[in-house]
Amino acid sequence: MRFGVVVFPGSDAADCYYIIDQVLGHSVSYVWYQERDLNGFDCVILPGGFSYGDYLRAGAVAAVAPVMDEVVKYAEQGGLVLGIGNGFQVLLEAGLLAGALRRNEIPRFRCHDVFLKVENNTLPFTNSYRRGEVISVPIAHGEGNYYIDHQELIKMEQQGQVVFRYCTEAGEIASEANPNGSVGNIAGICSKKGNVLGMMPHPERCAEEILGNTAGLHIFLSILNWLGINRQEGVTVHG
Amino acid sequence: MFEARIYISLKKGILDLEGKTVKHGLKSLGYDQVEDVKTGKYLVLTLSTADRSAAEQAVEEMCEKLLVNKVMEEYTFELREVEE
Repeated sequence: MRFGVVVFPGSDAADCYYIIDQVLGHSVSYVWYQERDLNGFDCVILPGGFSYGDYLRAGAVAAVAPVMDEVVKYAEQGGLVLGIGNGFQVLLEAGLLAGALRRNEIPRFRCHDVFLKVENNTLPFTNSYRRGEVISVPIAHGEGNYYIDHQELIKMEQQGQVVFRYCTEAGEIASEANPNGSVGNIAGICSKKGNVLGMMPHPERCAEEILGNTAGLHIFLSILNWLGINRQEGVTVHG
Repeated sequence: MFEARIYISLKKGILDLEGKTVKHGLKSLGYDQVEDVKTGKYLVLTLSTADRSAAEQAVEEMCEKLLVNKVMEEYTFELREVEE
């Protein structure tokens, strides 16, 4: 079981690496943005951060880096690709996911915990959650305001591509629970085939006991489940 | 050589937060006649080609592939010949 964490100039890849290596005890390697070989990886992660200083548009320059040709091929062949924060922005810019991320509606960097509702728990990334489960996960972004036109949104909803929505603690999809103005309170979406997931919140930052919240670990456990790997002994998980 | 001046702006219907904030600032200065402010990006490219139509095609490609996100942005550009 081998994970690859892609590193662009300005990526913040250490958190994902740490969780896979130290908390889950699986094999993980950094993949430099100039590399052109993703052979042998069971899952590729595009981490958060500020690739290329967010110049032009967040994720735009990273989306045309050499490694992205391979990530696109990898995804087209059904490989698992997870984009978190800036990684989500890169996936949108690369055309692997539909829509775009705008500046937050109230133009301010938002860095705090939010509640998310799991709308689709049938994916490689979400099978360890219950459908409708409310989880708390931190966000840290200035450009997380998801946009897609109305018709496309309806299509995505019908196809189960809306995976996470911002909600209240009670699970209500309300505008006061929306931290950035995203249409439909959308926090995370997947590709049609379900093998590519992009999300603005950071599950890797709430995936260890010492952090007081392990809700995010279930993303990684879901991937392991899906790939048919049993949970490692010694890892304690709380819902 | 050609110089391309590219203007990128948000599509209609996409809220221009920066424009809205700038408008707010101008109102604070008393410019009540300001109805709307639109912001965008302005890029100047210098191209080492002598062929106008090749330059035009290249700029269009660059806009489509990287410079513009057509989900939320639109663009125009003008080309002018410049001396080396």
